[in-house]
Amino acid sequence: MIDPLTRRRLTNRAVMVLASGAAALGLTMLLWILTDVARQGAMALNWDFFTKLPPPPGMAGGGLANALVGTLAMTLLAAAIAIPMGLACGTYLAEVGRGRLAGAVRLVNNCLVSAPSIVVGVFVYLLLVKPFGHFSGYAGAVSLAILMVPVITRTTEEMLGLVPTALREAALAIGSPQWRLTVEILFRAARSGLITGILLATARVAGETAPLLFTALNSPYWTRSLAKPTANLTVTLFNYAMSPYDDWRSLAWGAALLITGAVLAASITARLLLRDGRG
Amino acid sequence: MNKPAVKIAVRGLSFYYGDHRALEDNTLDILAGQVTAFIGPSGCGKSTHLRCYNRMFDLYPGHRAEGEVLMDGVNLLDPAVPALTLRQRVGMIFQKPTPFPMSIADNVAYGLRLQGRISRTELADRIEAALRAAALWDEVADKLTEPGTALSGGQQQRLCIARAIAVEPEVLLMDEPCSALDPIATAKIEELIDQLRGRYTVVIVTHNMQQASRVSDQTAFMYLGRLIEVGPTDQLFQNPRRKETDEYITRPVRLAGNAGHRGGAHPPLPHSPPARSPSAQPLRPWDSAAAPTPPPGGPPSAQAAAACPRRRLPA
Repeated sequence: MIDPLTRRRLTNRAVMVLASGAAALGLTMLLWILTDVARQGAMALNWDFFTKLPPPPGMAGGGLANALVGTLAMTLLAAAIAIPMGLACGTYLAEVGRGRLAGAVRLVNNCLVSAPSIVVGVFVYLLLVKPFGHFSGYAGAVSLAILMVPVITRTTEEMLGLVPTALREAALAIGSPQWRLTVEILFRAARSGLITGILLATARVAGETAPLLFTALNSPYWTRSLAKPTANLTVTLFNYAMSPYDDWRSLAWGAALLITGAVLAASITARLLLRDGRG
Repeated sequence: MNKPAVKIAVRGLSFYYGDHRALEDNTLDILAGQVTAFIGPSGCGKSTHLRCYNRMFDLYPGHRAEGEVLMDGVNLLDPAVPALTLRQRVGMIFQKPTPFPMSIADNVAYGLRLQGRISRTELADRIEAALRAAALWDEVADKLTEPGTALSGGQQQRLCIARAIAVEPEVLLMDEPCSALDPIATAKIEELIDQLRGRYTVVIVTHNMQQASRVSDQTAFMYLGRLIEVGPTDQLFQNPRRKETDEYITRPVRLAGNAGHRGGAHPPLPHSPPARSPSAQPLRPWDSAAAPTPPPGGPPSAQAAAACPRRRLPA
C-alpha cells in the first residue's frame, strides 16, 4: 500500500500529463492547420486575387474579387439585421423580461445558438428561395443573420448581467427612465463586452458555408444585385477545393487563408477589447 | 427658534418583501433642512425604510409598502405620483460610489439633461455650481472631460453627491454613504453633509453611531423593523428614553442581527463570513454586485459591526 501523500502526488502527476498532452494535441492541430493554410494560401494571394473574376477552368490567373465583395455585402447586411435584433433581445432578457415569456425566449435562444447552420439554410431556402424561384444574396444574408441573432442575444444578456445593480439603481434614483438608463448607461458600461459579442458573431457567420449553399448559392460573375445568386468565398472555396483544376484549388487555398485570417483577426480584436474593458 | 417645518411625514409605514414584513408601523417626521440619521443593527430595516422615500422598491416585484409617506402633504406611495419626477425631487446616494461610465461633466449633467433641453452655458454653470457645492470643483476643474470612474473612491462619492444635487432636489437620501470610504474621505463627506444642511433635507442611514452623532440633528433608532425611538440627536445619545436604545448605543453588538430573516441571531464577527441564508437572497437585491441572477450579497454588517463603537459615546 502506497502512502496517501505519494498516491496524491502520482495522481496529480498523471492528470497533469494527460491535461498537458490534450492541450498540446489541440494546439498542434491548430498550428498545423494555420501553417498549412498560410503556406498554401500565401502563394495564391496576389493583386489579381483581389481584383479579378474567377478564370475559366484550366486557365491560369484570375481572382475571387466577386466572391470577396459578395461575402462582405452579405455579412454586412446580416450584421445590420442581426445586431439591433440581438441587442434588443439580450436587453429584454437582462433588463425587462421576467417570468414565463422571458424563460421561453431564453430557452428558444439557447436552442438556436446550437442550431446546425445547414438547418437554418434549408429553412431560409423554403422561406425566401423557393417562393421567389431563385437563389439570392438577400436570402443568404437572412440565413446568416438568423445564425447571428442568438449569439448576440446571449452575449448581450451576459454582459449586461455583469453591470452592477447599483449602477441601475443610481440612474433610476435620479429619475432616469428605463430606456435612457439602458442606452446611455448600461450599453456604455458594457460596451466592450457588447462589441466583443458582435465581433465574434460576425466572425462566426463570415466562415459559414452550409446556409449559403441553400440561399445565396454562388456565381462566377460580379454581383450587381443581392436579389440574384451571389458569389461568396465559402461556397467558392467548397467548389474549387474539390475541382480537378490546379488553379482553382490554388484560389481555394487563397480563400481559405483570407477567411481564416479574418476570423482570427476578429477573435483577437474581441479578446483585446474585452481585456481593455475590464481594466 | 421656531420649530422647523415637517418635510416628510411618515405615517404607519409597513413594508413587505413578499410575505416577509421588514418594516412595521413606522411613524416619524423628517424635518425640513435638517439632517436625520437612522441607526440600528444590520437588517433592522434602515435601508428599506429609506428606500420608501423615493420608491426604489418599485423596481422589484413582490416588494410593497403600506401606510403613508407624505412629502409636503402628498403621499409618495400613491402610484399616481410618477416615480420619475418624484426621484428628481428626492435624490439618493448609495453605499458604493456609482459614477456613470462617462466623463465627470456628463455625470453631473446627467440629471439636468433628463429635465429637458438646456443651453450649453447654463449647463456649464450648473455643473460648476454642483461640483462646488459637493466640494469637488477644485480637484476636478481641469479634468472635467476625464471619466468619472478614474477618480478615487471618496471623489467618486462626492461626484455622486454633485450629480444628485445638480437637479436641486428637495431631499437627499444617503444610504451608508461612507461605508466604502477611508477615514479621510469619510471626514470630507461628513463636512459636506454639514454644508448641505439647511439647503436640503438630508436623511442618512449609517452603521456608525459616531457618524450619526456628528452629522445629524435628529436620530431615529430602528430595531427589527420598528422605530424604537426618534429624537434630537444629543438627547437620544445622551439620554435615551427607551431601554433598547440605551443598550444599543452602549453595547451595539449584543442587539445586532435580525433573527427574523437573516437566519442567525448573532452578528457576524469581523473575520467570519457574513451570515447568509437562501431566504435572504431576494430580500435585498441592491446588495448584490450583478443582475439578473445575483449571488446573495452578504449583509455589510461584518465591516460595520467592527466599526461600531462599543462604549457610550462621548458627550
